[in-house]
Amino acid sequence: MIEIIEASKTFNAGRTNQFIAVDKVSCKIGRGEVTILKGPSGSGKTTLLTLIGCMARPTSGRILLHGIGKECLIGLGAEDSVEITSLPERLLTGIRRSAFGFIFQHFNLIHGISVLENVMLPAYPIGDCMPEVRRRALELLETFGISRHAAARIEQLSGGEMQRVAIARALINDPVMIIADEPTAHLDSKLSGEFMELFAGFKALGKSVLIASHDPIVYDAPLADAVIEMRDGRIIGAGTRP
Amino acid sequence: MSRRFERYRNILDFAISSLLRRKGKNLSLLAVYTLIVFLIASIVFFTQALKREATLVLEDAPDLVVQRMVAGRNDPIPVTYAEKIAAIRGVSAVTPRFWGYDYDALTGANFTLVAADSEPPAKESIYIGSGVARIMRLARGDYLSLRDARGAPDVFSVQKVLPVNSELVAADLIQIRVDDFHKLFDFPPGRATDLAVSVRNKVEVQTIAAKIAQLFPDVRPILKSEILRTYDAVFDWRGGMVIVVLFVAVLSFIIFAWDKATGLSAEERKEIGILKSIGWETGDVLLLKSFEGMVTSLTAFFTGVSLAYAHVFFFSASLFEHALKGWGVLYPQFRLTPVVDPYLLGVLFLLTVGPYTVATIVPSWLAASVDPDAAMRS
Amino acid sequence: MRNSTIFLTLICSLLLISASLVLHAQVSRAGAPTASNRELVRRLKLSDLCLFTEARYTRHPAMADHHAAFQDHPMALEHFPSGSLVSPPDLRRKAP
Repeated sequence: MIEIIEASKTFNAGRTNQFIAVDKVSCKIGRGEVTILKGPSGSGKTTLLTLIGCMARPTSGRILLHGIGKECLIGLGAEDSVEITSLPERLLTGIRRSAFGFIFQHFNLIHGISVLENVMLPAYPIGDCMPEVRRRALELLETFGISRHAAARIEQLSGGEMQRVAIARALINDPVMIIADEPTAHLDSKLSGEFMELFAGFKALGKSVLIASHDPIVYDAPLADAVIEMRDGRIIGAGTRP
Repeated sequence: MSRRFERYRNILDFAISSLLRRKGKNLSLLAVYTLIVFLIASIVFFTQALKREATLVLEDAPDLVVQRMVAGRNDPIPVTYAEKIAAIRGVSAVTPRFWGYDYDALTGANFTLVAADSEPPAKESIYIGSGVARIMRLARGDYLSLRDARGAPDVFSVQKVLPVNSELVAADLIQIRVDDFHKLFDFPPGRATDLAVSVRNKVEVQTIAAKIAQLFPDVRPILKSEILRTYDAVFDWRGGMVIVVLFVAVLSFIIFAWDKATGLSAEERKEIGILKSIGWETGDVLLLKSFEGMVTSLTAFFTGVSLAYAHVFFFSASLFEHALKGWGVLYPQFRLTPVVDPYLLGVLFLLTVGPYTVATIVPSWLAASVDPDAAMRS
Repeated sequence: MRNSTIFLTLICSLLLISASLVLHAQVSRAGAPTASNRELVRRLKLSDLCLFTEARYTRHPAMADHHAAFQDHPMALEHFPSGSLVSPPDLRRKAP
């Protein structure tokens, strides 16, 4: 579904503190699969995530998306292929908004507003009508068992509950792929286990999952269909679990 | 189309919820903003209305007033001058004016005494203005004692209280008979305070004034146009105290908008980063910030202007009383005819809503242009 | 109720109030106060409005001249608050 061809990302190019985060990486991410990017911090996993998720553009190389999975705002059909490296920012954002759902390491929730509003936020600029978005959000909160916190402020929730809110938010626009960066970093083992169960649910719904993690609970989970190991910006091992 | 409309509405929703999040700070910002608009709009309404009133009312003032100066100070003018002036071609009538001041030690108020032959009060009776009635607590039938030139009290009966509607010209007025005037002030016979001249053809008034000045080198003619211009200048928002107040108000507004403009708090910057990371574009974030600015400024502007209108036209600009009263004891109750100058209000709108909205957007511009992946790293 | 609905209602009502005040101004003709004042001005040949009753030259600014504040004595610098608001008539002619 996603094809990465010799992609590189260099920061501060040409200056003394030039840093190559991703170095000529080539791989394929399958549709409907759970793919784990494994490696220590600094290995370039997060950067690769941002490249795949249309958050940043590679310095060189190409990234192709085969089949967005649904009608996109930019007029692409569900089965079209597009090379995202050459798209202008607006269209890139359009794809990112509708095709990908992000779960950040530090949750990135907005303090001071309610859980419900946090979940609905990604849908605001798309122009969907509010009652519909609200309904979807409440449904998601219900699915993750936190609907009783709908009106609560983020600060009042525990780590695990915040994680669920972050997941619900990632799903509000019904994305084709969920991308998570170190999702278990702030969770204990029990919660981490529960987290991986939730992801099993996504797979069942036909969504693709991409997780970057150096937590064994994640990369050793039976759930994973493919594990790509990275070090120093390069792939050192890509294997599909038998 | 409807998608675009929904987008605006959704972002507006979030803008308001953002403002409500820091309720205390934003409410006080709104209050200050409204107050500044209120002040400026009140001044604009007040001065415009007074200006118009003055122009209308003083239309009927004398065409020429002739004063006599002795050693650079006003001195009663000989009534004989009137005959010579009346002989000038173009002059239709010359009427001696008898007027002066009386200071009431008890209340500290200054009253203006006017004696005229038209509809005079009865002997030893006076008409008093409603301001006099208010200060001295007098009504028809009461008595007012005025000290004459020899220090002896002269008692007058209040025959009539002038209508409250005439406060603007007659609040402090006491109308007295001419002979009572002469007796009270021991006024030199054959003299008047000054002369009021009526001219047949208004165009000739300058020429006639010049002729009078030539005839009598010790007089000073004052034209009606000069009288009107004096009042124009008093209420001109471009001059005097008004410009100082306006300047202070605009300056405080600039300081206040500047404070907003020069800093986005770390929390706000973080929030913008989060919004970008969850799929908001730079344009969406800027729309959010401009809505935040517009919500405050539009609310403040229309509330301030409406309150100012009510203050000036329904409550006689009572808040300006202390400033305008100064050391005077008597302050007229203004009943002004409403005047709305759309040009000045438009300028006020552009000078407040414009800069404030810009001051809200500009600091966010940089933060809004941040790359969405920055949020992944933090 | 949505925030935007509340706000838009608020702004619409404020606009309505402002519009009705503008209408009020249009409709209010110079009424009884103006007529009353004009009648007195005509009858008594008045030349000044009764605004600042502190001093003689603030009460009758149109009759004052540049020396008016110094009538009392030469060092009588302007000390009345409203003296800073009114100035003597701008005579466009030179005194003879």
